[in-house]
Amino acid sequence: MIIDLGIIAAKVFLVLFMVLNLAGLLGWIERKGSALIQDRIGANRASVLGFAGLGLVNTLLADPIKFLTKEDFIPPQGDRLLHTLAPCLALFPALVTFAVIPFGDVLVVGERQINLQVANLNIGILYIFGMASLSVYGIVVGAWASNNKFSLLGGVRGAAQMISYEIAMGLSVIGVIMAYGTLELQQIARAQGELFWGWLPAWGFFLQPVAFLLFFTAAVAETKRTPFDLPEGESELVAGYHVEYSGGKFLMFFVGEFAEIVTAAGLITTLFFGGWQLPYLMRDGFHFPWGGALLLPHLAVVVLQVGAFTIKVLFFCWLQILLRWSLPRFRYDQLMRLGWKMMLPVALVNVVVTAVWIVLRQQLSVKP
Amino acid sequence: MTHPFFPVLVLFFFAGSVVLALLLIAQMVGPKRPNPVKDEPFESGNPPKGDARIRFPVKFYLVAMLFLIFDLEGVFLYPWAVLFRRLGIFGLVEMGIFLTVVVVGFVYAWKKGALDWE
Repeated sequence: MIIDLGIIAAKVFLVLFMVLNLAGLLGWIERKGSALIQDRIGANRASVLGFAGLGLVNTLLADPIKFLTKEDFIPPQGDRLLHTLAPCLALFPALVTFAVIPFGDVLVVGERQINLQVANLNIGILYIFGMASLSVYGIVVGAWASNNKFSLLGGVRGAAQMISYEIAMGLSVIGVIMAYGTLELQQIARAQGELFWGWLPAWGFFLQPVAFLLFFTAAVAETKRTPFDLPEGESELVAGYHVEYSGGKFLMFFVGEFAEIVTAAGLITTLFFGGWQLPYLMRDGFHFPWGGALLLPHLAVVVLQVGAFTIKVLFFCWLQILLRWSLPRFRYDQLMRLGWKMMLPVALVNVVVTAVWIVLRQQLSVKP
Repeated sequence: MTHPFFPVLVLFFFAGSVVLALLLIAQMVGPKRPNPVKDEPFESGNPPKGDARIRFPVKFYLVAMLFLIFDLEGVFLYPWAVLFRRLGIFGLVEMGIFLTVVVVGFVYAWKKGALDWE
């Protein structure tokens, strides 16, 4: 009883710790990465005893301290309560969405089986969509409460953009759900451990490449980053919905955005790139398709799985940051055209094609 | 305790604590030095004119309406997708009819120019 509670608390702490720290780390990677891409120096003032390489540690600490010691400005012409509520509404969903994403298979300690996932819900994907779509309120409420014309424009743009791309996102996942027949993310990750033709890992990407492209695009649009950063659009709206935010509340918007990136990367990994699966790694070690096996102890297998998940998540975080600094911003009509006139029809066609394909295979009774 | 949603509740509690802690620390640690210029709404240096809660294009309401229709459609597709292998041809034909109706509506909205943005 106490031990069960302790395990739950430990997993919750681990996930919160990882998401928050990765969010801070991404803030540093983004500045250094943008500097690298644009040929400037970037964050190089925070160093430890003169070693700029250790500046990473320092920046991680310096960032929140700087934000928290700045004035927490509340515009007197705005709405005090809503202005305070908005960053909470933006950060909270971003922190809790990760709950159903599995970061490893089952860890067996003695008699106890620990599922490496905060909560194994049978409605996993629906939970994610339910929570992720709440973050639109943070933007709209913040924009309205600020009583600023830039904010209002940013908020209205953000709301329309996020709900538009949510449809394409929701529809693109349908194909994946049909392929695996479940909403449970742990089951989806397990199903991706099988092999096609004895050598190709059965990752969602190989089953549903179109769904991956749609989902990835929609996920970038949901996190409101370039090329979809119209709600913020520095060069036209100054900072969009968070013009009137400073100090700790701006930090909450900032961390919320990076936490969303981490969650999006985790979801892409789980749905399309095998989650914690490492190719050819089974429960008892590696079994290579060309024969030969490398048997490993249980703990080593679990460590490898969690490591594989972490590396995949980091890769997709990095990809999103690379995208931000490589692409120019869309115009608003282009954004709406891409969402409604391209991604929505393609997602519908993908669902129909997948359905027909599955039924055809069933009727011809080909082994799936 | 054994309910599958219990860990989610624990996560909600701790995530909520993080959010509240950030708010409180920011309120307590940060300085408060208001002045008349800082209190004005920021409009890139121009003196602000009128209230910010102005009317905005009705287009955005249209997007919200379309969102409701297509998001509901998506919700109907979820249980169907989970059970699809068991439903077989029946499921395919049934959802085909449903999708056709939705697509007709989509084409209508498209032709009417509801999806154009000028």
